[in-house]
Formats: sequence, structure tokens, C-alpha cells
Amino acid sequence: MIQSLPWRLWRAQIAAILRLEIKKNFWARRAIPVYLLAAAPAVLYGIHLLALWQGLSRCSGRGDAMVYAGMFQFYYLRLGIFFGCVFVFMNLFRGEVLEKSLHYYFLAPVRRELLVVGKYLSGLVTGVALFGGGAALSFLILVPHIAAFRNQSLFATEAPAHLLAYTGVAVLAVAGYGAVFLFMGLIFRNPIIAAVVVLIWESINAFLPPLLKKISVIFYLDALCPVEITQRGRIFALTVDPPPAGVAIPGLLLLSLALVALSSLRIRRMEISYGTE
Amino acid sequence: MSEPLIRLEDVSKFYGDVLGVNRVQLAIPAGITTLVGPNGSGKTTLMNLMTGLVQPTRGRVSVLGIPPAEPERLFPLVGYCTQFDSFPRGLTGWQFLCMYLRLHGKPRGEAEQLAGQALERLNMTEAARRRIAAYSKGMRQRIKLAQAICHQPPVLVLDEPLNGLDPMARAETIALFRELAAGGRHVIISSHILHEVDKISDQVVMLSNGYVVAEGRIQAVRGEMHQEHPLQILVRCNRPEALAARIFEQDHAVEVKMHHDRAGLLVTTRDADRFYQLVNELVLEGVIDVESVAPADEDVHSVYRYLIGGEGGAV
Repeated sequence: MIQSLPWRLWRAQIAAILRLEIKKNFWARRAIPVYLLAAAPAVLYGIHLLALWQGLSRCSGRGDAMVYAGMFQFYYLRLGIFFGCVFVFMNLFRGEVLEKSLHYYFLAPVRRELLVVGKYLSGLVTGVALFGGGAALSFLILVPHIAAFRNQSLFATEAPAHLLAYTGVAVLAVAGYGAVFLFMGLIFRNPIIAAVVVLIWESINAFLPPLLKKISVIFYLDALCPVEITQRGRIFALTVDPPPAGVAIPGLLLLSLALVALSSLRIRRMEISYGTE
Repeated sequence: MSEPLIRLEDVSKFYGDVLGVNRVQLAIPAGITTLVGPNGSGKTTLMNLMTGLVQPTRGRVSVLGIPPAEPERLFPLVGYCTQFDSFPRGLTGWQFLCMYLRLHGKPRGEAEQLAGQALERLNMTEAARRRIAAYSKGMRQRIKLAQAICHQPPVLVLDEPLNGLDPMARAETIALFRELAAGGRHVIISSHILHEVDKISDQVVMLSNGYVVAEGRIQAVRGEMHQEHPLQILVRCNRPEALAARIFEQDHAVEVKMHHDRAGLLVTTRDADRFYQLVNELVLEGVIDVESVAPADEDVHSVYRYLIGGEGGAV
């Protein structure tokens, strides 16, 4: 039965959606805040690097790694990627409704579920390129100096593993938050309110009871970060054991898949009624 | 194609408490069918229902046997030129068509060939490489029409397709519709410009406040109204007074008016066939010489006026 499905047609249609959407995601004016959010750490570490070269600052090795970990968990995951995904994924459908151009897709012989998948993949490509790339770039700017401070070569330290881990967590964050905001963009008319609700939920995660703590994206992402922030630097104390990577990664991917599936169900009933938006 | 009709069976659509269309029962054959009615009468809702952009609150819609809820099966067969005057950002006319055809799964070469043909038919080849954002209203209308026809579908749904076109482009576009319909296609057009409807329609569907008030060939629709609205016929002849005298002997005659130049009559009758028979007899008897005989209110405009009221739209 699976073989009888028109896979070749679907591949061609998803490729067409990707071509159109990726161009829009990268070149639209609304992409500017996403670029700023993604590039902020790299710019800051670039300035830090300049300061090191000028002797205005000094490298502290373990301290810098901790600062990076803090930046990654508290800025990049909770704000940068979060709001980047709000901009990219919520606009995949909501933006088209506001621009009154969604009918272009709805008048093509494309299964609506396929449209959801194509658009989600385009957001994923954009988010991964910008935020995965941003995480990797900022890490690469910083790490050689940690290595130099410790008189070790880059590859003799944990840097490659950490680089992979941070980039991977950024990718998972884009996949997870992307699916959340794709879904919300389909059910809420005002994406800002939805984004604020999710932001509040994710922010109070540390204060939630253990069961509720697990119903969030950030809980699993934090657990995957390679450097645990020390008790002194940690703002909120975790009272639940973080899930192992073997649970956190499939859990996040399953959550993303479930939300994309729900979005697909939702879009089958979606009507074009720009006048009421 | 399991069925050659577009069917709407007891279809209603409500937008919350607002009525879109109610209890619509239609079976539309091939040819040019025009949806006529004032603004808000339900023309666009009916088209959106046929193409799945909105779903019926009640009833069933099928286009050549395919439910509109299955776009992957519907849109290889249907092209829809909407009233929405917005486009994906940043695209040229050429990209707009090529991307649309790629969404159909066409390989690049075929997509470019079909896009080129559609642009040529709509006289848009020269403007194709310019961004749509820089197009005039008429050009945007034509690129939307090109999108509707580019994959050569057997069903075309065109919402106010002549809006924004200059007279030359209107004439060319009407000729295109005729050509497409002559090839056995369904061409569904909505319009409130009644004299255009008269020129192009094989059949009309008249809508008022969400209800279908009449449907079919315009002469047939008009014929069904002869009791409430007797038919008016213009006769130009050499002895109108002799004709008038004989008409008054007929029980189907309602009213006869003499033209100002006394060279013709406007006859109102409840039985057009018997009137035409009378005229034939008078000609054969040599009582009158007839220059012309023509119905005066057997057009969409008159039917619209009688059924819906008002005068319809102007160009």
C-alpha cells in the first residue's frame, strides 16, 4: 500500500514549497529580527574576542565555558530561538493569511497535510541554518581561546563534543518550538498572545510541579546541554532529575511530530476567509 | 471523470449567523455558466464552495464527481481565478506561474512550457519578467487568469474575471472564454455586468440574498415568467396600426404601444408563440411588411430586473 502512494509527486511538491518558502523566510523584511536574534551571541563573542586581543579582557577558561553555557540556556534557548521560531513558524500560515496569499497554495493540487509538512520543513531549514549556525559560530569564536588558555589543542578538549551538543540542542529547539508555533499559528488569530502564553509557561517551568515540568520544551532542552550550570550560577533549582538524552531527544522529536500531525488535521478544515481576519 | 457535471446538492453555507448561500441545488453542465446577482448575493461563496476554499455547512458539492475537500484530485481539473488581489511576495509573473505549475508536480521544462503558453494567451509575455507588485490592476487580473488556465483544466471558475480589464482586453478575454467553452470545458463566471453576461452565457444562475432565484438558459428562464411578466416584443413594420388592430383581437395581448415614428410597435403578450404566428399570417396575407421582430425583454438584464430588482451593474 505504501508503495502505491505517489511519493515522487509528493517529493516534487515539497521541493516546490521549500523553494518558495525558504526564499521568503530568508529574504522577507520580517526575517530581520530573526537574523538579529540568531547573530547576537556571535556578535557579542566577536566583541569579547576583540577585547581579548586588545588585552581589555582576559580569558578564564572554565569561567568562559560557563558563561557560554549560561548564554546558551538563558538567552539562546529561552529568548533567541524561542522568538526566532515565533517569527518564522507562526508566519508560515498566519503571515499568509494576513497577506491574503494563502489561497495560492490552496488552489494547487497539494494535499494540505503535505503543505504543512513542506512549510514546517522550510521553517526548520531556516531555523537550523540561522540558530544552529549561530550557536556553532559563537562557540567556535570562543573555544579556541579556552583551549589556548588551557594550553591544549582544540580537539584535545571537550570542545568538539560540546560544539556538536550545542548545535544539536539548537536544532532540537528549532524543531520543538517550531512545531509549537506552527500549530499555534493555525489555531490563534493573534500570534503574540499565544507566544506570550507559551513564553510564560516555559519561563515558570522551574517553579512547576514535577509532572507539569515535563510538559514543556525547555525541560528537555536544558537536560541535553553539555555543561551544567553550577548551583551558584543557576537561577532556578531543578527539583526533578533531568531526563537522559535517550528520552529527551526522542521525546522532543515525538512532540514535534505530534504537533505537525495536529496542524495537518487542523488545516484540513481551514477555510479562506480573509475578510474576517 | 466519472460525471460531467458540477453538482451542488442542498448546499448551505453560513458564516456564523450570516447567510452565505442557502439550500442551493444546481447541476452545471459544460459551457459558459454565469452566476449573476448583486454584491453579497452569494456568487463568490458558491465559487469558493466549488473549489473547497470554504466548506458547506450543509449539503454536498462535487466537481466532475470529485469532492472539493480533496485538492490533490480536484485542482488538476479546476482552475480558479479568485477575486483576491494579492500574490506571494516578490514573485514575477513568470515565477508565479512556474511555481504554481511546479506545485502541480510538473517538471521544470513542462512547467516553463505551460507557463509560456498561458502568458501568450493572455498577452502577458512581455510583462512576465516583471514583479507582480509593479503590475497594473488589469495585468494582475490577466496573470490570475493565466494561473487559472495554465494547467489546461477542464473546469474554470472565474470570479469577476473582467474586472479591471480595458475594453480591448475584455473583448479578447471574452473570446478566450468562448474558445475554452467550445472545447467542452465548464467555464463558470461570476459577473454583475449584465450586458457582458448576455453576450457570453450559455446559461445563467441568478442569485439573490444567498438563494438561487433562477437557473437555466436565459430564454427558458424568461419563458417561465410570462404570467407575472408578459413578454415584450418589438415589431418594425410598414402598417403598425393594422397590426395593432389585429393584436387587440387576441386574448393573449396585454398592451400595444406605437413607436414615436409610427413605424413600429412594442407589444406585450402572454403568449409569444401565438403572437409570432399572427405576424406570420399577416405577412402571408400581405397585410403588413415586416422589417424586424425582436424580443425586447428576453435578456439577462430584464430577467434580473424582474426577479431581483435594480438594474445590475454597469461597466
